[in-house]
Amino acid sequence: MNDPMVPAIEFRRVTKLFGPVRAVSELDFVAPTGSVTVLLGPNGAGKTTTVRLTTGALKADDGTVQVLGLDPSDDEQGQEIRSRCGVVPPKPAFYDQLTGWENLEFAAKIFEAELDDARDAAVRFGIDHALDQEVGGYSTGMRTRLALARSVIHDPDVLLLDEPTAGLDPESSRAVLDLIQELAGRGRTIVMCTHLLHEAEGIADQVVLMDDGTARAAGHPDELAAAYMPEPIVVFDAEDRSVLELLTDLDGVTSIHRNGSVQVTLDDLARLPDMVATLVTAGARLTRVEPVTPTLEELYFRMQRAHREKT
Amino acid sequence: MRRHQVLAVAAADLKRLFKSRDYIIPLAILAGLFFVFVPGIMLPLIGATERSPLMAQIGDVIGTLPQQIQDNIAGDTPAVRTAYAFAVYLLAPIAIVVPLTISSAVGANTMVGERERGTGEFLAHSPLTVQEIYMGKLIASLVPGYLATAVGFTVYSLIVNLTVGRQLGGWFFPTTGWWYLILWVVPPFIAIALAVILRLSARVRSAAAAQQASTLVTLPVIIASYGIASGLLYSPAYSALIVGALAWIVAIVLLRSGARAVRRERLLGVAADA
Repeated sequence: MNDPMVPAIEFRRVTKLFGPVRAVSELDFVAPTGSVTVLLGPNGAGKTTTVRLTTGALKADDGTVQVLGLDPSDDEQGQEIRSRCGVVPPKPAFYDQLTGWENLEFAAKIFEAELDDARDAAVRFGIDHALDQEVGGYSTGMRTRLALARSVIHDPDVLLLDEPTAGLDPESSRAVLDLIQELAGRGRTIVMCTHLLHEAEGIADQVVLMDDGTARAAGHPDELAAAYMPEPIVVFDAEDRSVLELLTDLDGVTSIHRNGSVQVTLDDLARLPDMVATLVTAGARLTRVEPVTPTLEELYFRMQRAHREKT
Repeated sequence: MRRHQVLAVAAADLKRLFKSRDYIIPLAILAGLFFVFVPGIMLPLIGATERSPLMAQIGDVIGTLPQQIQDNIAGDTPAVRTAYAFAVYLLAPIAIVVPLTISSAVGANTMVGERERGTGEFLAHSPLTVQEIYMGKLIASLVPGYLATAVGFTVYSLIVNLTVGRQLGGWFFPTTGWWYLILWVVPPFIAIALAVILRLSARVRSAAAAQQASTLVTLPVIIASYGIASGLLYSPAYSALIVGALAWIVAIVLLRSGARAVRRERLLGVAADA
């Protein structure tokens, strides 16, 4: 089983070339055991290649990859890694002429899992009612549910989900996110690739922002917020919004953004009580004073902007 | 190599194949044509046209064969001797043509099909070794050809014995030469063809390209094996043993090296040469 002292996944200056294209370029990141790591980035950022390097389906041209303390590029160790990983690819594919059950049965044999576990996995993802149907007739959501069931029948230590909610209805998307949280709660290591920022909200222990095959930034969302959005933001609203114009002239306000309510960036959150007092003294009847935690979306674009400015 | 995993790969492929009418119907027609239709029509016709000029011509042709071969052709009348010659010698190469054609049609699509469907991604991330994948695919490609041959050969034997056997005093088919052919000579030739076809299937970019390439490979193998099979039926038994042994050696060498063509990045469709 997992050794919590050993990082589940460790990439050190990993490069993968496809001809002249650097799909992954000197990528560094560590996924601690039992954590949820979200690889966030636009299409072509190298997320899928990273997943494939993790299982040893692809071998790195340079750098080192360690998964569960093993080297995926070694045939024997790679086999051990693959037997302990579950993968949901971006477009789950099956043998369409076979039924859902026959596909799961096949996976169970390959991963040396019990058939009962395959049945349980199908129940867990709500696809058990369709197991007698040929997969060729499945909807996108049903295929993804089956792929999710297939990925966990052997109770993997590491689960790699590559755009798992692409094309899913909200209910199915919720099921995926619930699975991630449940497995993480049981000490499993999860890596999820996505370009949908809202998906990473609330579940990520670590976000790795990828672009052009490399990690632009990595850390817990709070750490990233502290690094890229160090100035506190506070939203003000009032019954008479014209009074909020006073904020423009107050000390400590570094920027102001109006969108109905007023979003103010401060140099120090300690200034907030004085600001509220000033507004109230001026006759403002405040309806909202709320320090804002930046969303991943705001962080993402801030990090992108910071990187562009640096380069 | 783990036997259960190999069989799981083969079983999944076979289940898929037997559910695909697009594959099964043409292959069944091919087997039916060679094993049932041709002998079922031709042999009774020969019996019914004993006094025709054609029969006289065929009799003349048989008369030009070496005495040793003529001695092997059983029957008292020209019609019976002609029917015997057709049943035992002239139709013999179908025993190779049918399984080779069927197995190569299946094998050509097996690797590239995984890539085209996207199912190769699952195999690439699975704990299966490339040798297990290769062996599973090989078995899945061999079985349909041999199944068709086993069923077809049985039906062919029945037809031949029922139509010609009465005039020859009972059941006479399969002859010893046919047993050698079916059990010892045909298998390695199919293996040789499949070893090459699976390599091609692992490398080419599309199923269509795989089919075209497999035709180029299969055709010379069919021609060579057709000639060999025909020749062996006229030859002493040890010839079949020697030819079969040589073919097995070539087949084993090709099969052992064939697994190297299977690579995970090819299953993913991202190899530079895939």
